Amino acid sequence: MLQISCPFCGPRNEVEFVYGGPLKNRRPDDISQIDDTTWIDYLTVPKNPLGPVQERWWHVRGCGCWLTITRDTRSHDIIESEIES
Amino acid sequence: MQSYSIFSLARNALSGHQNWSKAWRSPPLKKRYDVIIIGAGGHGLATAYYLAKNHGITNVAVLEKGWLGGGNIARNTVTIRSNYMRDESIPFYVKSVKLYEGLTKELNYNLMYSKRSMIDVVQTYPKLREIKRRMFNGDLHGSAYERIEVDELRRRIPPLTGGGPESRLPILAGMVHPSAAVCRHDAVAWSYARAADDRGVEIHQNTEVLQLLRDSTDGSINGVETNRGTVYADKVAVVVSGHTTSITDTIGLKLPLKSFNLSAFVSEPVKPIIDVIVNCPDIGVYLNQSDKGELVIGGAPDAGQSFRRDIKQQVFEDAVCSMLELFPSFKRLKLMRQWGGTLDIAHDATPIVSQTDVQGLYVSAGWWGGFKAVPAGGYTLAHLIAKNEQHELTAPFSLNRFKRLDFILEAGTTTAT
Amino acid sequence: MSKDLFRQTKGGLIDRNQTITFQFNDTTYQGYSGDSLASALMANGIYLTARSFKYHRPRGIVGSGYEEPSSLVELVGDEESGNQPITRVQIRPGLNARSVNCWPSPNFDLMAINQYISKLIPAAFYYKTFKWPNWHFFEPSIRRAAGLASAPNKTHHQGHYETRNAHCDLLIVGAGPAGLIAALQAARSGARVILADDGLESGGSLLSQHLKIGGKEAIDWVRETTASLDAMDNVTRLTEATVWAYREHNLLVITERSPATPNVFQRSWRVRAKQVLIATGAIERNLVFANNDRPGVMMASAIQSYVNRYAVKPGKRAVLFANNSSIYAVARDLKASGVELVAVIDSRSSVNDLPEDLQDIHVFRNFVVEQCHGTKHLSAITIKNAATGETTKIVCDLLGVSGGWNPTVHLFSQSRGKVKYDANLATFIPGEAVQACQCIGSASAIFTLQQVMEDAVQKTLQALDLDPGNAILLPPLEPEAEYSIEALWHVDLNESLCSKSFIDIQNDVTLSDVHLAMREGFDAVEHVKRYTTAGMGIDQGKTGNLNVIGAIALKNGCEPDEVGTTTFRSPFVPIEFGALTGIREGSVYLPYRHTSITQWNKDHGAKMYESGARWRRPGYYPRSDELFQTTVNRESRLVREGLAVYDGAPLGKFEIKGPDALKLIDMLYTNNFDNLKVGMGRYGLMLNEDGIIFDDGVTFKLADNHYFMSTSTGNADTVNQHMEFFLQTHRPDWRVKITTITTQWANATLCGPKAREMMQALGTDIDLSNEAFPFMAMREGKVGGFQARVCRVSFTGELSFEINVRSRDSLALWETIMEVGKPFNISPVGSESNHVLRVEKGFLSLGHEADGTTTPQDLGLNWAMSKTKTDYIGKRANEIRLAENPSRWQLVGLLPDDPKELVDESAPITPGGRRESSEGFVTACVWSVVHNRVIALALLENGQHRMDETIYIRRKDHVVTAKVTAPCFYDVKGQLLRS
Repeated sequence: MLQISCPFCGPRNEVEFVYGGPLKNRRPDDISQIDDTTWIDYLTVPKNPLGPVQERWWHVRGCGCWLTITRDTRSHDIIESEIES
Repeated sequence: MQSYSIFSLARNALSGHQNWSKAWRSPPLKKRYDVIIIGAGGHGLATAYYLAKNHGITNVAVLEKGWLGGGNIARNTVTIRSNYMRDESIPFYVKSVKLYEGLTKELNYNLMYSKRSMIDVVQTYPKLREIKRRMFNGDLHGSAYERIEVDELRRRIPPLTGGGPESRLPILAGMVHPSAAVCRHDAVAWSYARAADDRGVEIHQNTEVLQLLRDSTDGSINGVETNRGTVYADKVAVVVSGHTTSITDTIGLKLPLKSFNLSAFVSEPVKPIIDVIVNCPDIGVYLNQSDKGELVIGGAPDAGQSFRRDIKQQVFEDAVCSMLELFPSFKRLKLMRQWGGTLDIAHDATPIVSQTDVQGLYVSAGWWGGFKAVPAGGYTLAHLIAKNEQHELTAPFSLNRFKRLDFILEAGTTTAT
Repeated sequence: MSKDLFRQTKGGLIDRNQTITFQFNDTTYQGYSGDSLASALMANGIYLTARSFKYHRPRGIVGSGYEEPSSLVELVGDEESGNQPITRVQIRPGLNARSVNCWPSPNFDLMAINQYISKLIPAAFYYKTFKWPNWHFFEPSIRRAAGLASAPNKTHHQGHYETRNAHCDLLIVGAGPAGLIAALQAARSGARVILADDGLESGGSLLSQHLKIGGKEAIDWVRETTASLDAMDNVTRLTEATVWAYREHNLLVITERSPATPNVFQRSWRVRAKQVLIATGAIERNLVFANNDRPGVMMASAIQSYVNRYAVKPGKRAVLFANNSSIYAVARDLKASGVELVAVIDSRSSVNDLPEDLQDIHVFRNFVVEQCHGTKHLSAITIKNAATGETTKIVCDLLGVSGGWNPTVHLFSQSRGKVKYDANLATFIPGEAVQACQCIGSASAIFTLQQVMEDAVQKTLQALDLDPGNAILLPPLEPEAEYSIEALWHVDLNESLCSKSFIDIQNDVTLSDVHLAMREGFDAVEHVKRYTTAGMGIDQGKTGNLNVIGAIALKNGCEPDEVGTTTFRSPFVPIEFGALTGIREGSVYLPYRHTSITQWNKDHGAKMYESGARWRRPGYYPRSDELFQTTVNRESRLVREGLAVYDGAPLGKFEIKGPDALKLIDMLYTNNFDNLKVGMGRYGLMLNEDGIIFDDGVTFKLADNHYFMSTSTGNADTVNQHMEFFLQTHRPDWRVKITTITTQWANATLCGPKAREMMQALGTDIDLSNEAFPFMAMREGKVGGFQARVCRVSFTGELSFEINVRSRDSLALWETIMEVGKPFNISPVGSESNHVLRVEKGFLSLGHEADGTTTPQDLGLNWAMSKTKTDYIGKRANEIRLAENPSRWQLVGLLPDDPKELVDESAPITPGGRRESSEGFVTACVWSVVHNRVIALALLENGQHRMDETIYIRRKDHVVTAKVTAPCFYDVKGQLLRS
């Protein structure tokens, strides 16, 4: 059970959160400008590092904020945690 | 290959078991092979064996970072079955079960292959509908799957006393998959290794691949850099379930894979109480009793990418709660050991057996429940490597499907959130 | 009484005034309060307590605690529980225990025949045989022979398990000398401390040793210390509480075996600790030599525990065998107990650290025990001079062995801390910590009491970030000899003895097995472990694992650290599954959601179904002896011909408000909402970014920048997640607020031709005329006296009014409807008839018609795919998929040729009905009340272009032919719902 530091609520148990997948770039405003291959990669190819990964968690059983945390996939240590600005 | 039998045991007993030969050699690492297989797990070793046996390709090196058979083949819940839902999947798993059934004889190694059938405990109507789809589609491809009523279900699984009409999720029906089996997982790796070695394949343990190497002119693969030096080959297969991207990232190859932790646990060993594999898809827990008497229990994967091989407390507790709802007498049974493994799951939660955009580089990945697929996975990957064309059974598992966004979705959804 | 022969007349932590009667293997015995089952049996002169797992060799008691590798018992009766180490069972009145895995008794065990074929069954023999005719032929008898105790087959009669969550500044694992002094130090500083110990009482090794602390008996110091800890509010002291898991982010799990709370069997704690001190002590290793498993061979520390703590005499003539200095304290205590100490066999060649006071003991230095004699009980040993090879036989009935001490690094290792090999100590010791924890005391390989206490105090100060000046004063201690050891991984095998040297007593793994594995190429430690099963028993090899590593190292000619260790996994000791889940069972296992009228529904005979997102809804309302189909037909007909009411409260509901609300909705749905007028609603289809159909529902415009969205019941939570995700992570600059109102509003949906009359009868200030209140409109007003939002939506194809009211009003509304509706013969209907009616209309139910690969176009929803919007979620993926994959499975209607044959939903459609890959499947099949025949919906390859074709549905036993039609069977133009 991870302990995730919510910038609003403080350190909380993982069960208060819902996992939202690895961080992706902000969705472009005009997707028609992007070629198919780039878009397919955007949809299907995540970063899968053996090491720190940025990922999203939703504090649904808390303040309702989506957080971005940086977590090491080898140790589960959380290096950083922030909200979208 | 030294013959294993009751007679050879008796003969060796007379000499104090001093004369058994090594199951595999430890040859020196050569500079060049026809094929390099990265990963001496179940799939990697099976691939090497079928390359040698079916295609006569024996100048093969299997490179293993740790000890052979130490990946997910060493840490799964040993269930073998073919009750999948889609036409793309079922024939592949039917083939795998068939290969498994003959493996003890073929490899002269007792895998303790125990065809004991699996029973699904169905507790919601949507799940019943889904499982019926598996039943009908299985029938099209020779994978038997039969519905049984609750009384019969309880007769076949005596400790299943929960799930009554007044419970939270009453049991609606059972589904029996007679060809399901369990077998000794380590023995699968060891027997393939022994047989592959016997046919000339070299298995190199403690040999870690650090970097894939590409030809500077045409970009095709031409070898690997290892902790023991450079080894060359025109064909390299990445068969390192869970850690695929760690290898392919070394040349920037993009693959639709995420690594997750899946965990399992065993109880203390007890006298026989459950003769079948029990799967409870509505509550996400499955179990079987090993020949040694331990209940082997698995649950759902953990959220979030992970390369750890342990277990999260809440994931574990969820699985235990679910089990106890159906098997209340197990409250007094004891947990003996728990562990986890790393899987890489493809974007559509369906395996990948494929060539890649890099000439000469092959991947076998995305195995979620890959133990059951070991023989057919190796069989078809060997075919692909030898002939440079997909075996028909794994044609749907090519990476090309992602380029068309034509997902197979065996699990009904993608891993996107 | 005979037991007096085996019990000292005074001393020990037992109460001689409280005699307890118990049963073991169907014989009645007596012991004293404070006895473990092991000590009580020993005091009764019982030495043969078990049979071994594989060879069924006679076995006795080897250890004194959780490390016990040999004797396991199962408890019979109400406390039924299997595979308990005999050393961990406390005797109590009525205790009924029996040895596991032997029949009829340990004394006469029929399976002992295995000893005679043992040469045929070395390690891993089963891989080489049992192949013909097949494994299944042998498996049942092998399975019966394996396993240990029987599985428990009942649960407790009364009481329950419990779980707790706790936080603390410092969790101290183990209340031995290190843990106690650390707790005292931490508690005095005001820190919140949890001190948990596996034992019956705090004290750890002090309970089993004769030591003086501060001039007093150690036990007095222990009891004073615990008393002062108990007096402090910031200390929680737990006994019989095993810390068995060390998870990430300093979460540890403790299970209390017998909490003081009445009716609580066991209690688990999930503790999030700021700092952890691991004071788990050390475990003594076994020694490996021929017949080292004979009853009468025990761990030396266990002997010390039995003579000191339980005042037992474990034998008459004792010999001790060790490779380290700790044996002399045992020798001292043994002498004091009145047991004759015949000799000490000290395998060390270079050291002479025999204490002053023990000079009269006969010490064989540089000797080893070569083998044990006796069958069911040790009768003598042969010792061998390691230098000369000369042997001597010594008659004895008790042999205490000590192979050295392993710091109990299990939890440290679970915390991801790496262990490192210390050649001087011949063991693995903790290295750098990774989480906020430290090992203290002998868990950190410190073995004299003075150093243990100093170490504990200093590391406690460190953990709490306190100055050294805060250190408490240590009690004066007596001088102790330094610990010294020379590794002895096993005594050399003497093949001529033809006897077995056990390296894992529990799993019957011998040294020869390890050598065999290595000969066959299994030379990695994990290979050896898996090939021989060493260390895989219930004790998880606590006394034997390092000897396996040592044996491999000796064979390979390397150091143990080059062999490596196997992984230490949770749990540290076996834990009852019930203790993990606490009260999370039955009704709170997966709490379900229900609407305000659930009780009314149950009172009126509704059959309740699980219907997604943990909601329970009525499936149908059978009347007395009605058959299922009769009920569904009656309810369906009622909607088509009269008036029915449906509880639609679980539908997901959201209010979306703000200047960018429309932008958000247009992004979420595939179709266009920008021309929606206030008071009107529109069906919307939602895709995920992969272009996969995700949800559908109707959204009403309440006002400019203010919308009311409904989703399917099962998807409400995921749609919420989807919306918040998009909004917060991709468009945080948009000004929109989403509020979930699923349970704030409930509704009753009136449906049927008489719905408008019924609305009138209920009394409303809303103009109900079709012109003023058209289909897909929403009006606010009073209905039957309740403030309501009424929506004209329909999932049945009939005229419908969905009356939304505050949840607290919904039962009253429902009862009013039932009362007012009597003249209309109103009746409630459930989800089963809704399913029939929606199939007649060809309305989608995503769980049926969309299986993840289906596109909106496949379902004939091209009209819902905006051509004008430049973007919405899933647009691009949908376009790519359609362009790249022209052959699609598309939604069609089916009319089976036999109008009476209901076809299973999910049945495949195959070319010609042959057994081959399918070209579609039946998504829904119902008995249509309007057509009086079976109708179905299906996904069919290229189906939209195959109207009137005959297709073949492949059921397992036969083929059903059906004609392809459009996927709508009733009121194709939709006039009724607009009426």
